[in-house]
Amino acid sequence: MERVRRKYVLTGNYAAAYAALHSRVEVVAAYPITPQTTIVEKIDELISKGEYNTTMIRVESEHSAMAAAIGASAAGARAFTATASHGLFYMYENIWWAANSRLPVVASFVTRALAPPWNIWSDHQDVYALRDSGWILFLARNAQEVYDLIIQAFKIAEDDEVRLPVGVAHDAFIVSHTSEPVEMPMQDEIDSFLPPPEHIKPLLDPENPVSVGNLPTAEQHYMLRKNIWDCIIYSLSVIRRVGREYTELTGRNYGELIPAYKTEDAEYILVTSGAMGGDAEDAVDVLRDMGIRAGHLSIRLFRPFPHDELIDKVADSKAILVFNRGVSMGLGGVITADIRDSISKEALSIPVYDFIVGLGGVEVSKDDFIKAVHDLKTGKLDMKKTYYLMGGEYV
Amino acid sequence: MPEVMYPIAKPAPGSAGKTGYWRWQKPVIIREKCTRCGLCWIYCPDSAYELDEEGYPIVLYDWCKGCGICAHECPVDAIKMVDEYGEG
Repeated sequence: MERVRRKYVLTGNYAAAYAALHSRVEVVAAYPITPQTTIVEKIDELISKGEYNTTMIRVESEHSAMAAAIGASAAGARAFTATASHGLFYMYENIWWAANSRLPVVASFVTRALAPPWNIWSDHQDVYALRDSGWILFLARNAQEVYDLIIQAFKIAEDDEVRLPVGVAHDAFIVSHTSEPVEMPMQDEIDSFLPPPEHIKPLLDPENPVSVGNLPTAEQHYMLRKNIWDCIIYSLSVIRRVGREYTELTGRNYGELIPAYKTEDAEYILVTSGAMGGDAEDAVDVLRDMGIRAGHLSIRLFRPFPHDELIDKVADSKAILVFNRGVSMGLGGVITADIRDSISKEALSIPVYDFIVGLGGVEVSKDDFIKAVHDLKTGKLDMKKTYYLMGGEYV
Repeated sequence: MPEVMYPIAKPAPGSAGKTGYWRWQKPVIIREKCTRCGLCWIYCPDSAYELDEEGYPIVLYDWCKGCGICAHECPVDAIKMVDEYGEG
């Protein structure tokens, strides 16, 4: 069936702004920081044109931005914020308040390196720091995914059995400030997919007074964290269901949580997250032209980690090469550790190799991936090592 | 399917447990000095005061955290803060 669509040329940041407003978000609270600024500017611009019934709260810091989003969400409003890097870390305390209060806040995180030295370019270290909080975390590859995942994020977060905040991350500049075509459903289609915010259960209700987050016993605290575990594990089924519904609406495939490229018969599987996935797929094509059966997986959903889907997709491979845009100092690549956890839980014997790439916005190209596969095939790599690969060289 | 737990407390006496355990000093009313003005009852931040039939204050020691605000506010020094565990 041919549907009428809106198709604009948008940056990743503008895609995030449109997605929030098309989701009929009621409250946006944000503080500007490079490379997030144009998300909030665009939202403000569109609100000022009178096209959206959204309140923008101009706060004095990111800590307050998340606090305002938490307050709005606790009152039952649909709330959104956006930040990056140092702003995210200034917000960090309230990241946990949002998760532990079970508030369906949705946030757009533009990944950026942490200082010192000052750096505004992309790496994923900032978003990796949210890993253990209880937020559901997506890493988008392009502006289209930014748009699509934010619309889905509200539906996932507000699910009565999930009730967890959702973050959708995208790479600084590579996605945030690069323009590409973005197809958007018509507003009535989005409204039929995402129910109006009135369905959100308010935590704060003047008719039924409660206090949020005061002092319980140690055992109650333990059970509240255990409950987040139960709900975030359950959320995998909600994320899949919402993804299938969105696929039906748009024809774009969100049934997969780890999109795969040529992995069916692959011996060597490259694993990436975020924008570098496109370069990895180019590398797969080059390697296949050379007769090497390579494939690629993009970790689109970072938390909860989609263990079953990963295992399905790597079970028949000979080796997995994981490329991380962030490192856990003294351990290795953050996503490498996740992949090794899954391999170990299934008692599989597939070797997993660890690469750190693109820190501080260093260019990641297809040549880096091709070199890694060649070095593995020629027996030059040690599984116990973490390889720092920059510009086609180990450093 | 899990049921979501929220970190909320409904207002009720002692919803955070018997906070009297936190106390190291307790307020003691000197009945002879008390003018029954009720300021201790008004100022207590934990509602750990009741007034008896004659209007004299009663401290609810299960909940009183020993903050001393009542003793500080008493206009006639009719509330004395006494160490819970004696001197030293």
